[in-house]
Amino acid sequence: MRMVSRLVRSLNRTEALVGVWRQGLAVLPRLVWNPWAQVILPPRPPKVLGLQVVFRGNTPSLWLSMSIVTVQLGQCGNQIGFEVFDALLSDSHSSQGLCSMRENEAYQASCKERFFSEEENGVPIARAVLVDMEPKVINQTLSKAAQSGQWKYGQHACFCQKQGSGNNWAYGYSVHGPRHEESIMNIIRKEVEKCDSFSGFFIIMSMAGGTGSGLGAFVTQNLEDQYSNSLKMNQIIWPYGTGEVIVQNYNSILTLSHLYRSSDALLLHENDAIHKICAKLMNIKQISFSDINQVLAHQLGSVFQPTYSAESSFHYRRNPLGDLMEHLVPHPEFKMLSVRNIPHMSENSLAYTTFTWAGLLKHLRQMLISNAKMEEEGFKDPALYTSWLKPVNAFNVWKTQRAFSKYEKSAVLVSNSQFLVKPLDMIVGKAWNMFASKAYIHQYTKFGIEEEDFLDSFTSLEQVVASYCNL
Amino acid sequence: MTQSVVVQVGQCGNQIGCCFWDLALREHAAVNQKGIYDEAISSFFRNVDTRVVGDGGSISKGKICSLKARAVLIDMEEGVVNEILQGPLRDVFDTKQLITDISGSGNNWAVGHKVFGSLYQDQILEKFRKSAEHCDCLQCFFIIHSMGGGTGSGLGTFLLKVLEDEFPEVYRFVTSIYPSGEDDVITSPYNSILAMKELNEHADCVLPIDNQSLFDIISKIDLMVNSGKLGTTVKPKSLVTSSSGALKKRHKKPFDAMNNIVANLLLNLTSSARFEGSLNMDLNEISMNLVPFPQLHYLVSSLTPLYTLTDVNIPPRRLDQMFSDAFSKDHQLLRADPKHSLYLACALMVRGNVQISDLRRNIERLKPSLQFVSWNQEGWKTSLCSVPPVGHSHSLLALANNTCVKPTFMELKERFMRLYKKKAHLHHYLQVEGMEESCFTEAVSSLSALIQEYDQLDATKNMPVQDLPRLSIAM
Repeated sequence: MRMVSRLVRSLNRTEALVGVWRQGLAVLPRLVWNPWAQVILPPRPPKVLGLQVVFRGNTPSLWLSMSIVTVQLGQCGNQIGFEVFDALLSDSHSSQGLCSMRENEAYQASCKERFFSEEENGVPIARAVLVDMEPKVINQTLSKAAQSGQWKYGQHACFCQKQGSGNNWAYGYSVHGPRHEESIMNIIRKEVEKCDSFSGFFIIMSMAGGTGSGLGAFVTQNLEDQYSNSLKMNQIIWPYGTGEVIVQNYNSILTLSHLYRSSDALLLHENDAIHKICAKLMNIKQISFSDINQVLAHQLGSVFQPTYSAESSFHYRRNPLGDLMEHLVPHPEFKMLSVRNIPHMSENSLAYTTFTWAGLLKHLRQMLISNAKMEEEGFKDPALYTSWLKPVNAFNVWKTQRAFSKYEKSAVLVSNSQFLVKPLDMIVGKAWNMFASKAYIHQYTKFGIEEEDFLDSFTSLEQVVASYCNL
Repeated sequence: MTQSVVVQVGQCGNQIGCCFWDLALREHAAVNQKGIYDEAISSFFRNVDTRVVGDGGSISKGKICSLKARAVLIDMEEGVVNEILQGPLRDVFDTKQLITDISGSGNNWAVGHKVFGSLYQDQILEKFRKSAEHCDCLQCFFIIHSMGGGTGSGLGTFLLKVLEDEFPEVYRFVTSIYPSGEDDVITSPYNSILAMKELNEHADCVLPIDNQSLFDIISKIDLMVNSGKLGTTVKPKSLVTSSSGALKKRHKKPFDAMNNIVANLLLNLTSSARFEGSLNMDLNEISMNLVPFPQLHYLVSSLTPLYTLTDVNIPPRRLDQMFSDAFSKDHQLLRADPKHSLYLACALMVRGNVQISDLRRNIERLKPSLQFVSWNQEGWKTSLCSVPPVGHSHSLLALANNTCVKPTFMELKERFMRLYKKKAHLHHYLQVEGMEESCFTEAVSSLSALIQEYDQLDATKNMPVQDLPRLSIAM
């Protein structure tokens, strides 16, 4: 029996991966491109990437993609959800696609089918369900969407109550959850039925509060029960280290431990990291939450917008969720994913910058190794992965010709690796310290979450930390 | 959206309450230009069609007809309440919301609590039930009273038990005015200690305030205004300093300015729950985050800035000054020095044009000079509300659960013991049916236990932070 020390080794050494895991799969970065493929090839074309193929397609296929239903929970979830849909639609309508018109149409059609449904007067309606326990944020979100004129939310797609969860995970999970289970699941079901071909759920929530975290965990569990064949990816916002909510560590560990059981993949974004991107790379002086949410939306958009499927360059990938999960989450013990996207720059610099693939690739590789969140050949280095996996299998590329959201070229890296272990470890440590002094516990036991539940959560998360450390 | 009911008890409570309603009306008038009865207003006011007799007059949407405050006014002598009813705010109150008597409590907690408590219990209960029925979703009772007198102190704390039994799920936030050193009521230590016991047991959250601090703050403002310091002039319509924008000019009473501050405190406390913002904070979150253990629910508050500056575009240095001031002992509404004591938790509620990066920058800047308890080293609760208070461009309310309340309690206990040892004035209390000496001893021991808890926390103040051994997983 081995005891694992709680201190995580330096995460910069992704190469020192000891493959103890019997089923072996570990660091699986996945590269998603939106390049102008033929213009620049990296000096030594990597074997794994099919860059030699020139995509000058004939009629692009009109295979439409499978649809994703988004569930936005709590203040954070709803504010971000709005930005994501906005980013997706404005990118799809963007005039700087830098590709042929047919290409563009196929791209738009694919994006639309995936995230929006059509209404009579042609205004796309987001495939989304908005849930919050108090009305202010949902009202704001609905009106912002309607004001844009480009798209809107469905009229009956929201569920709202009068009194929030008070940053109390127990209240969100044990009180609001069961009380409103039926209504919420009904709305979700209606949204799913609208899809011709349903791929899975994308659930946006934060870990620190009460509704997003507690009710989010409850809803995800329900989705697991009722839609066990569909995929669920949870987009979780990691709060600032120096606190937005005092009990955020408790809420976080309870959320993560529950989601680990019921969700298929956890895509994690840290507020601290995105804040740094805003400050350093984009040069925003007074950063507001809306800036942060927009960067996040940009990252998510560049992952989920249509890209070519592996078989042929003529078809857009039908099932992004499924493909992502297949390649990135092969083992249920390793579910935490993170996203790195380049480039990020302020609007002003955008006009004056030219892009090269070599530069982008190098940047991205550096980001992967040094755990920076702010940037093929490099990715093939076996040292990056566990000894179990040949780079050929671990590393996958998606691409499309069409440029994303004003960036002539951009690249996104979604990875399942040890990077999130350090923050996770810190949160578990802080929560444990607080738990040892029994502070705030009475607020949770009031609503049915007992100390045993906390201990269970601690145990499962320590297990996760240990597994990742052992890679 | 949730509603809150304000319960004002005693002379002090009613005077503060009166200021509060005046400010609330002005704030909503400034924000709500169209005169539509929206959810923000509904948190404190009902919309009533006064032509309808009886109870059926409530209107839930549409244009504002006539606003009635969600308030219950209680006083055992008629002077203050009558004045309110004859003043400019008479239309805001419903005569059905009042409970008055003639004789007053004579600065005697026992009379307020035992005599009037039992006499008016049913009436009180009925008024509460009525006001709760008018609410769609009642979240919180705000009780305003003083600790040193008879009615506010005795009857005010009697109410807490009633509310706890009748509405267990509704929060009870108590704003208590503690007697200062030079208080003119001789028996105020007795009244305060007896009231403290009730607060310990039945309140969810207590915001202690004392008159001396309020007075000091007012003097500071006056000094600033009169000295004409460069770059700072007070906007005439600012809610903090003057009530000149009030419905009608009423001649200034001595405590007006001080009551205004407390009224501002309550408004800012509820602002993030009423108005929109990028990081909302509801009232139930205050209790959740700032009360780590049920008995330690005393929150020291501070409001900044106290005066507005003429510059419209506030450069970051001024903004940062607002944050620094919030932690200085001159700005606290209680005689306390939080910087040199131990923080259990701290909440920053910002209103106006302040973004998350400003907030983060200031937290990073101020953190090293503050001492937090070992298990809550980074325990900050923050909220951003986009609607600023009237006459300011931004403001900050800081609530701290901090061991600096201990000296106030200890001083109170000392004054109590000085009187109690001599059994001075005790007979007034013991005369009242239901009062015995054990009431006093129990009250003191309850306070002592509280002081001891704070002592234990203080003892951990300068110890190095140790990480406790965690669960280890066998592989």
